[in-house]
Amino acid sequence: MKNLIKGKSNLWEVVLGLEVHAQISSKSKLFSSASTEYGSEPNSQVTLVDAGMPGALPVINEYCIRQAVITGLGLNAKINKKSVFDRKNYFYPDLPQGYQISQFQHPIVGEGFLTIKTEEGEKKIGITRLHLEQDAGKSIHDQDFENTFIDLNRSGCALMEIVSEPDMRSGLEAAEYLKKLRTILQYVGSCDGNMEKGNLRADVNVSVRIPGEKLGTRCEIKNVNSIKFIQQAITFEAERQIKLLESGEQIVQETRLFDPNKLETRTMRNKEESHDYRYFPDPDLPPLILEDSLIDDLKKNLPELPDKKKERFINLYKLKEYDAEVLVSEKDVSIFFEELVKGREPKLVVSWLTGELFAFLNKKNVSLAESKVTVKKIADLIDLISDGTLSNRQAKEVFEVYLEGSKTAKELISEKGMAQISDEKELSNLIVSVLDENEDMVKDYKSGKDRLFGFFVGQVMKLSRGKANPQMVNKILIEKLKR
Amino acid sequence: MSIDNSIVKKISKLSKLKIKSDSEDKMAEELNNILNWVESLQEVNTEKVEPLLSVLNEKMPLRDDKVVMDDNQVDILNNAPEKKSGFFVVPKVVE
Repeated sequence: MKNLIKGKSNLWEVVLGLEVHAQISSKSKLFSSASTEYGSEPNSQVTLVDAGMPGALPVINEYCIRQAVITGLGLNAKINKKSVFDRKNYFYPDLPQGYQISQFQHPIVGEGFLTIKTEEGEKKIGITRLHLEQDAGKSIHDQDFENTFIDLNRSGCALMEIVSEPDMRSGLEAAEYLKKLRTILQYVGSCDGNMEKGNLRADVNVSVRIPGEKLGTRCEIKNVNSIKFIQQAITFEAERQIKLLESGEQIVQETRLFDPNKLETRTMRNKEESHDYRYFPDPDLPPLILEDSLIDDLKKNLPELPDKKKERFINLYKLKEYDAEVLVSEKDVSIFFEELVKGREPKLVVSWLTGELFAFLNKKNVSLAESKVTVKKIADLIDLISDGTLSNRQAKEVFEVYLEGSKTAKELISEKGMAQISDEKELSNLIVSVLDENEDMVKDYKSGKDRLFGFFVGQVMKLSRGKANPQMVNKILIEKLKR
Repeated sequence: MSIDNSIVKKISKLSKLKIKSDSEDKMAEELNNILNWVESLQEVNTEKVEPLLSVLNEKMPLRDDKVVMDDNQVDILNNAPEKKSGFFVVPKVVE
């Protein structure tokens, strides 16, 4: 068995489950018509419902229901035609209602699964459920020594909580799961998957056991907000638990917080202090009954999902599996690719997209969408390579300047005097003058000194200041030397 | 089910309501009376009855995903005992 962690006396298996909160990309909130826009003035997007004013009644956003269902379909999950909203009761300053409207016993989406890639091949990760709930407001603790500041703009935004089965066995698998989930959310369009903005947040349940034994006591690690942090948090937490167990101690079930600066987890609250939420059906909201027609409609219009798209790319464009995987893992990129590849050589397109363009985006630390690079911009450059105007090497040289500037590819290369000479007549003239100047060498070549061919090519390149199209020089040179 | 003083304490803690310790007995007695009264419902045979999810016999009303609101930051903050730069201000809460 792989992925086992070596302790002092035993090999341990780490068992992981994820609870992911994904904010639905809706314009208005789950139960109120306040805007969900990010980064607005504090408390400027708060209706009476979001502020928990007595008597203000929640009315559900139909779009959010559709997004939950479509996400469920994307996760191969059972859609529950009847679901119920409950109140989850606790007191916290950023929760003005004194309860969160959530779904407890009857979630809108039941069991499903997704598949991830592991070293041993594909692996199915079970989804336990997906339910709809309200987000809380934002507490800001670091603005003031004595006070906490509260902004309720996020209060009431629609979240999907997606709970996985404890099916993952390594930090890497957990990372793959989260990446795949994020990709699926982006494909169905229910959540943008932006972890920096907090639109996708993950809590990780970690426990360890000796393989084959029953599940160990788990700890929940809260709000680990990047894929890298998730792996680090899991590594630390698994080792902490193993150390405790091997020294004869027990694991206490508790909620822990990951500190990315110290690379450790620490107690946030333990089970005894943990809340007793006293869930009960929200008397303001009748059960949600989904019509068959709605589910059928969404099923019919379900966008192509990443696995399907990958398969299609491999078959249609003859891509390598790895390249196809890279292209489909971001929806934007896959759409960009399909636009770009129209009428162009897939191999060339893939290499420019996943090579040069990705390197550029990484260097600038922006996403494809943020970079504002257009399909046309890349297409123009690739076309100049395809028709021989520009060599690959030349294109790479100007790539960054080209992407950042407003000049067209043609303008830029003529300005830089870069255009490759591919005109047969012009090349012929260059070659003839090189041969004329080196009559002796030509004689030697014709009498069998084949190695001199490279010398002629070199001279032609020198004369053209590197602009001659090498393939064509070769071709013409062979002809000329035959005579 | 029977409620003793420790449950009364727990409930008061959860609901953030202060109950004087000399009224715990009385509170426990009142709560037990309510529970005993409701308990008679247990006698009804519900074996073949589907659980009732809500007593509201109506469909969930739906809303379009439209932003309908004015900026009411001033109104929202109007009841706040303390506010600063558009935020509610509360005593420090640290997890």
